[in-house]
Amino acid sequence: MSASFDFKYHGGAQSAGAEPPLLGIENLFLHIHGRQILHDVSLNIAPGEILAITGESGSGKSLTALATMGLLPDGALTEGHIRLGGKDLLSTPERALCTVRGRKIGMVFQEPMTALNPLARIGDQVAETILTHRAASRAEARLIAAQTLARVGLDPDRIPPSRYPHELSGGQRQRVVIAMAIALKPRLLIADEPTTALDVTTQAQILRLLKTLVCEDGMGLMMITHDLAVVSDLADRIAVMQNGRIIESGPARALFSEMRHPYTRALLSASGHRPTLPAPRPAPPLLKVENALRSYPGRRPSLLAPKAQHQAVRDVSLTLHEGERLGVVGESGCGKSTLARAILGLEPLQGGSIALGGRPVDTPDQRRRIQVVFQDPFGSFNPRHKVGRLVAEPFHLVPDAPKGRSLEEAVAEALTEVGLTPDDAHRHIHAFSGGQRQRIAIARALITRPDIVIFDEAVSALDVRVRARILDLIAELSRRHGLGYLFISHDLSVVRGITDRVLVMREGRIVEEGPTNAVFDNPQHWYTKSLTAAVPILPQPSGGGETDAGHPVP
Amino acid sequence: MIAHLAKRLGILAASLAVASMVIFVVVEIAPGDPASYMLGMNAQPDTVAALRAELGLDQPKLQRYLSWVAGMATGEFGTSYTYRAPVAQMVAERLQVSLPLALMALLLAMAIALPAGILAAARRGRAADAGVIAATQIGIAVPNFWFAMLLVLLFALKLRWLPAGGFAGWDDPLAGLKSLALPAIALALPQAAILARIMRSALIETLGEDYIRTARAKGLTRAQALRKHGLRNALIPVLTIMGLQFSFLLAGAIIIEQVFYLPGLGRLIFQAITQRDLIVVESVVMLLVFAVILVTFLTDIAYAAVDPRLRRR
Repeated sequence: MSASFDFKYHGGAQSAGAEPPLLGIENLFLHIHGRQILHDVSLNIAPGEILAITGESGSGKSLTALATMGLLPDGALTEGHIRLGGKDLLSTPERALCTVRGRKIGMVFQEPMTALNPLARIGDQVAETILTHRAASRAEARLIAAQTLARVGLDPDRIPPSRYPHELSGGQRQRVVIAMAIALKPRLLIADEPTTALDVTTQAQILRLLKTLVCEDGMGLMMITHDLAVVSDLADRIAVMQNGRIIESGPARALFSEMRHPYTRALLSASGHRPTLPAPRPAPPLLKVENALRSYPGRRPSLLAPKAQHQAVRDVSLTLHEGERLGVVGESGCGKSTLARAILGLEPLQGGSIALGGRPVDTPDQRRRIQVVFQDPFGSFNPRHKVGRLVAEPFHLVPDAPKGRSLEEAVAEALTEVGLTPDDAHRHIHAFSGGQRQRIAIARALITRPDIVIFDEAVSALDVRVRARILDLIAELSRRHGLGYLFISHDLSVVRGITDRVLVMREGRIVEEGPTNAVFDNPQHWYTKSLTAAVPILPQPSGGGETDAGHPVP
Repeated sequence: MIAHLAKRLGILAASLAVASMVIFVVVEIAPGDPASYMLGMNAQPDTVAALRAELGLDQPKLQRYLSWVAGMATGEFGTSYTYRAPVAQMVAERLQVSLPLALMALLLAMAIALPAGILAAARRGRAADAGVIAATQIGIAVPNFWFAMLLVLLFALKLRWLPAGGFAGWDDPLAGLKSLALPAIALALPQAAILARIMRSALIETLGEDYIRTARAKGLTRAQALRKHGLRNALIPVLTIMGLQFSFLLAGAIIIEQVFYLPGLGRLIFQAITQRDLIVVESVVMLLVFAVILVTFLTDIAYAAVDPRLRRR
């Protein structure tokens, strides 16, 4: 396929179509401070080819990328070869590597919010790539930077190069990072989870942009992602990593249709996992939100003008019935988390009302009836307390909370309920993995026997297999206790599997609501349509061949 | 930027108003009569009455406060009771010593601390870093008057390069600078030690940021990434500390002034307090408060110059 591309290499030593691949990693071993991280990793990327490296966190995919860039952390020891156009990067001295980075290999990182220097204009940051390699004069570099920014979709009339990063959204910042990486038309582009921090519609745009750039410039792309749906949408070839090894690799379609390795199969089935929910039953309403309004004072438009009001939640009404599983979807900033915080009584309302069983949520007993599980399994626990104390925390809302022996029993029961053991109460939180911490968070939410649990992006930070088990746990709790919940997520496929009814939020308002399957299969509002259209689709393991990944279309 | 400036100016004015009220209340209204306090326990009643009239203590409190503030604003600070001299003039004389001394000390501290801090951060965990840490430890631990005495022993008594004490005045600028050189070094060393540590930790934190990795991915060397992306970001905490240090150096040099026998602001306050010259104390304290608030204001403006995110509010 490489023959069809128009190559525009800068300073490339090898001519296109020569025997060695663009990038060849051979038998790469990596130790960091004596710990083995990568084990015998070998892979190739041809010009114009997209190789996706996938696997769960800790599988070594990011470190493979950093090894290729020569940006490994201190204490790293490598063995093997990483050849770019035949030249071994591992034996290249640091000084010479600086002429490779940015010029022959560009890299895009996961977190666009922090990847840019907050004190420098975006045009200057892109021009720096060019100036660092002395590829053009200052004036030319500025011109190329402006052109590159326009090329990645930042319209100079709306987002001129004189903007600072804080004036841009996450997706726009990621475009700037991509512009910096491709300003010199490198031969290889490495993208490490480039869309994981972005909303689904922004993700679709960025993926399309990357694909177009690869096509137009004939770059090789090493795409690192944990998301198999993104992989199957984009990649020509796939390498699956586990524990520092590549366990399976091959052309995308063949790999998904054959699925030789059990781990790959497990990943795919966990990615599309739908827990089995008990059938919904008609039940009386429990939580009623009526015309809720939450606004924050914003910036003054001018010195003496009154402060602008930012309305995070505008005129939102919803009803959650007993035992009902209600989803809330929408992009970041749409007000879904503010709504959750208002329901929990953590945010005052400027209008409207929230009632649980007909009464406002202001007394300890009312608050006991609604509990919450947040996204971040690492930040939402006090690291100094033992698990037993963390789990028992909501008992301060209960007037005659159990003490001593009966408290221990309550904690043990809650931990057992979520699949942990009573002994875990005596350990500190750092001894647990992300998935176990989310179980502990659920135990904490359940210990006061609430009527409603709010899951605010509760599975978004977890690996797919862990996520599947947590979703099963939530479904099981719903079956066993008739637990009703509000499940807030930006991930439509997760919401689809775990809820009966769904609300779609945009700019603080509910734009569509209805039974989950009906809303996602047959969206009515244009915004819901754009959301569902942007969701990357998982390949079907048995059918095979229905993805069109082999032929990227600009 | 204009809005930012206006807001900061408003805060400056409000801080000054509050500070002047606090000082006035503490010195003049708090229990005890200033006149009898100033004259001591054995004063004759008619002397006290005369002083009360001279100080205007028989007038209403609000009027006294307003005329004091108005006087300060027009440079009329009152007359020292002990020296029978205008306070404004005394302060101006002392500032000729204290202001250059504070500036020299701060510049010197920066000249030592910033390179040392940058070196330590760039060579983190290696010998140079350990050396800087050890040196700053000594700089913080050893009192500056002891440094001062060592400096006098070496440069004044042994080498005879610089005077051991006293102030030669600014008629001969070189002589003036020479007489402030040793005190400035003695003042600067502990401040340099603190500043170097701040610079080091701020830069180490900045070097761990994602945008430094982005810069490296563009092909910048470690040193280039530090220089072009690390330094300016690390400057923000360093500016804060420098602002605090300047205020301290202006009035806190009292021990060093004593060691070198310099007629500075610190000694003026010290003498005024021991002689119960409340008029001088009140005015000089207000002046120092003004200096601190002004420096804070300038630091805020410097922040906005460094960080575009602050310019909008």
